[in-house]
Amino acid sequence: MTLELRNVVKRVGLETHIHDTSLTLKEGGFNILLGTTLSGKTTLMQLMAGLERPTAGQIWFNGADVTGVAVRKRNVAMVHQQFINYPHLSVFENIASPLRVAGVRGGEVTERVGKVADLLKLTPMLTRRPGELSGGQQQRTALARALVKDAGLVLLDEPLANLDFKLREELRDELPKLFEGHGRTVVYATSEPVEALLLGGHCATLHEGRVTQFGETAKVYRAPQDLRTAQVFSDPPINIAEIIKRGGKLVLSDEVSWPAGERAAALPDGTYTLGIRPHHVSPAAHEPGEVSVEGRVLVTELSGSESVIHFELGGRTWVSQSHGIHPFRVGDAARFDVAMEQCLYFGQDGELFAA
Amino acid sequence: MSTKTVNQRAWLFVLPVVLLVAFNAVIPLMTVVNYSFQETFGDNVFFWEGTKRYEQELHSERFHAALGRQLAFTSIILVIEVPLGVAIALAMPKRGPWVSVCLVLMALPLLIPWNVVGAMWNIFALPEIGLLGRTINAIGIDYNFTQSPVAAWFTTVLMDVWHWTSLVVLLAYAGLCSIPDAYYQAAKIDGAGAWATFRYIQLPKLKRVLTIAILLRFMDSFMIYTEPFVLTGGGPGNATTFLSIDLVKVALGQFDLGPAAAMSLIYFMIILAVCWVFYTLMMRGEEQ
Repeated sequence: MTLELRNVVKRVGLETHIHDTSLTLKEGGFNILLGTTLSGKTTLMQLMAGLERPTAGQIWFNGADVTGVAVRKRNVAMVHQQFINYPHLSVFENIASPLRVAGVRGGEVTERVGKVADLLKLTPMLTRRPGELSGGQQQRTALARALVKDAGLVLLDEPLANLDFKLREELRDELPKLFEGHGRTVVYATSEPVEALLLGGHCATLHEGRVTQFGETAKVYRAPQDLRTAQVFSDPPINIAEIIKRGGKLVLSDEVSWPAGERAAALPDGTYTLGIRPHHVSPAAHEPGEVSVEGRVLVTELSGSESVIHFELGGRTWVSQSHGIHPFRVGDAARFDVAMEQCLYFGQDGELFAA
Repeated sequence: MSTKTVNQRAWLFVLPVVLLVAFNAVIPLMTVVNYSFQETFGDNVFFWEGTKRYEQELHSERFHAALGRQLAFTSIILVIEVPLGVAIALAMPKRGPWVSVCLVLMALPLLIPWNVVGAMWNIFALPEIGLLGRTINAIGIDYNFTQSPVAAWFTTVLMDVWHWTSLVVLLAYAGLCSIPDAYYQAAKIDGAGAWATFRYIQLPKLKRVLTIAILLRFMDSFMIYTEPFVLTGGGPGNATTFLSIDLVKVALGQFDLGPAAAMSLIYFMIILAVCWVFYTLMMRGEEQ
């Protein structure tokens, strides 16, 4: 089943929440909406569900225009960030609720609820109420309600955001197995680039109510077509610098310049924005690499196996993320190697030139 | 081994509260208990009467009649005010400039002193000059709350509904506002209509708030005195003589302190018992 947004616009009062957006989401694999808070993920989902009506444009599902169709007449399932269940009904009745509304009868209800509860490991909790369950189990109940329905369109709006780390990992592994196939189109909203990469599928990056790019998740990550997309799809944030290409050189400042190298050599002379992800900037080894920069250390975050070092470079804050422990002192100057072959070059208008 | 330091000075911190509660609750209550078990003719001379007063009171037809009227009144206003209050709260806007207008309008009746409410409704309902009284008579219904018990009850109930439904509205409204939008969206996606949304989302979420609202309305209406006293004076005849009005008649009108003391303690016990039973029933299975 295919969900298609055709030139959808959503305005509330004078504010535009979603700018002219066209997207075609297909079944098989997750369709991920990646963006920060307020980027429009939830609004877009509400438009897809039919909870909100677009100000302009159409929404087509499976070859039919469903723009004005009421939510309850569409076959949609949605799971929210908050754990939403009927508080006074048992877990069984909660999972059964969409079936009861749909008029499914006795034996089939028990069978279908039983099957879904089994998949989500809820069988021992069926007689309890949501309030008596842990957060993870409450969200599993909500997921079960979405799954039991056999909806053609499943919307998962940051379903893991309110779970603690361990539960989040566990459920993230299960989600694709649970929802993929059966002709479902699954849309998954998240604010975490790592989550998008782990879930795979296709990804639409959102920034201030605009879809900046849509494509296979790994491709969007590797070759973001503009600076915005690269920024949305990088955590810690991608490092940025203004550089000037002049002849065979890339000039960062009066003191710092590099040979353009193989990939940048093809660029016409001019000003570019260089983007490099934090894990391609690492503390310089004893023998500095081909290209290195020097900055003043601002913050160091050392976890068990990883060092994240924030440093100042030419008036901007850069981040280096590397394996091992690199105990820099805050305020000291330090050298960092830059993996030039991983740099992205964006033109003045933000478009990607070479990746 | 550790030795525990006992610091008796801690009592000093509790002392002000102990004194306050003693003077405004414990001592007056015990005085009433004293009067209910003993007869006095003044001069601090007391004669032990045992439970005779209680037996008399519990077998008194006058008490039964007042209790009956009281229960009828409280039931009627609860049946009207709670659903009406919830309905108004559901109809109120959840956001926008009208919210504050609605809230102020709702809070107004609660701000008026009780005896003023009684006086207002007295004048409002007078058949000769009151707007309400004249209107009802003008549409052909013979209405005079100073002569007809039915009219007196109608007016008293209407006054209480006007005065106190707002309290239920405000509590229910606060409860409704605390339900996240996502719940309503989830209900819509499940295909639930307005009734199902109310039945399965709003009502369960309002349970605690409504329990409190019903308890408050039960206690207040069961103790109602000022408004009917000003409006009807308990009449016509004894038609609107509720428990507290009867109690005042016995205690201050007839100066029968003993029976009045026994009556007030029975009265108190009834309120306590009903509240406890109701609260226990509502909160069963709520502990998580």
